[in-house]
Amino acid sequence: MTRLIRDIYDSGIEFVRTFGAFQLFFMQLLRHTPTMLVRRFDLVVKQVFNTGALSLVIIMVSGLFVGGVLGLQGYSNLARFNAEDSVGVFAAFGLVKELGPVITALLFAGRAGTSLASEIGLMKATDQLSAMEMMAVNPVPRVLVPRFLGGVIAMPFLAAVFSMIGLFGTHLVAVELLSVDVGAFWQQMQMTVDLEDINEGIFKSLVFGVAASLIAVWEGYNAIPTAEGVGRATTRTVVITAIAVLVFDFMITALML
Amino acid sequence: MRQTRSVEVGTGLFVLLGMGALFFLTTQTTGGDDFSVDDTYRVEARFENIGSLRNRAPVAMSGVTIGRVTNVAFDPVTLEAVVEFVIDSQFNQIPDDSDASILTSGILGSQYIGLQAGGSDIYLEDGSEVMFTQSAIVLENLIGKFLVNAGSKDDD
Repeated sequence: MTRLIRDIYDSGIEFVRTFGAFQLFFMQLLRHTPTMLVRRFDLVVKQVFNTGALSLVIIMVSGLFVGGVLGLQGYSNLARFNAEDSVGVFAAFGLVKELGPVITALLFAGRAGTSLASEIGLMKATDQLSAMEMMAVNPVPRVLVPRFLGGVIAMPFLAAVFSMIGLFGTHLVAVELLSVDVGAFWQQMQMTVDLEDINEGIFKSLVFGVAASLIAVWEGYNAIPTAEGVGRATTRTVVITAIAVLVFDFMITALML
Repeated sequence: MRQTRSVEVGTGLFVLLGMGALFFLTTQTTGGDDFSVDDTYRVEARFENIGSLRNRAPVAMSGVTIGRVTNVAFDPVTLEAVVEFVIDSQFNQIPDDSDASILTSGILGSQYIGLQAGGSDIYLEDGSEVMFTQSAIVLENLIGKFLVNAGSKDDD
C-alpha cells in the first residue's frame, strides 16, 4: 500500500519535473532566438524550406478537399432553410477560424514534426550532438533553434494557404457543381467576415506553430538514443502535438468569443 | 552552391505564396474593400429600434454604398439608439431632411441604413443629425401584430 502511494507520488513528481524541464527548454530556445535570427539566418531559411515549402503539397491537396466537403455539407444543410447562398460564409468562417489552423497544425505535425523529431533523435543516437559539444559548438542554437524557428515561421503561411485553397475548393463545389450564385457566394462572405476573424486564424496558427515545433524539437532532443527510442519520440510528437493543438484551440476559441 | 540556391528559391516562393494567401484572405473574404474612403463626414441618427444593425454596416442611397456605420450607442435619457455613421465627402449634397431607415438586404440578410432623399436646400454636413428615421422591422413584432389582427377579425 505504501509502495503504491510512493509510486504515484514519484510519477507525479516526474510529471511535474518533465513539465518544468520543458518550460526551461522553451526559454533556452527563446534566449538563443535573436542571435540566430541575425547571425545564421541561412540556417533558419533552410528549415523554413524543409518544414514549410516541402509541406505545401499535402497542405494544398488537403485544403482543396476539406473546402470541397464544406461546400457539399454546407449546401445540403443550408438548402433546408433556403439559405444555400450562405455556403460561402459558412465555409469562410469554418476554414479561416477553425479548420485552417487546426488541420494545418495536425498535418504539420505529421509531415514536418515527425521529420524534425526523428532527424534530431538520430543525430543524438549517432553521437553527432555530442561531437558538436566536443568541438565547443552548443547544439541548442546550432541545431534546435533554426528548426524551431523554421516551423514557427512556416505555420501561419501554411494555414493561410490551406484556407485560401479551401475556399477555392468550396467555390468549385458550390458554384461550379451545385450552381450557387457566384455573386451571392462571395458578397455574403465579404459582408460577414471581419478582419478580426482573419486575425483570430493567424493568431491560432502562430500558437499552434510554436506548440508543434517546440514539441517536435523537444521530443527529438530528449529521445532515448536507440532505434526504438527515436521511433517512440516520433510517435509521441504526433500524439502530443495533436492533443496540445486541440486543447489550445478550445481555449483560444473560448477566450476570443 | 546549387543546393542552397534551390533551397533559397523554394523558400522565397513558399513565403511569397503564404503572403499572397494572407493578402487574399484579408482583401477578398472581408468587406474592407468596398468602402475604404478616408475623407468622410460624420452624421448621427436616432432610432427607436435598430434591430441587428452593427458596426461597419453599409449606409446606402439608391442602393449604392456611400458610407458606413461607425458606432452604435444607447441614449439613457431619451431611451433611443444613437447610430453614428460616416459618409464619403464627395456626396456632400444630401438634403438635411432626408430620411434614414434600417433595411434588410434579402429576407435573412444583414441590415443596413438606407437614405431616402428629401427636398431641403440645406445639406447634411459633419456633425448634423438625420431627423426623420424609421426603425428596423422586427419580424417577431410584425408576426405578433398580424396574429392580433387575425384574432380580432375572427371576433367580429
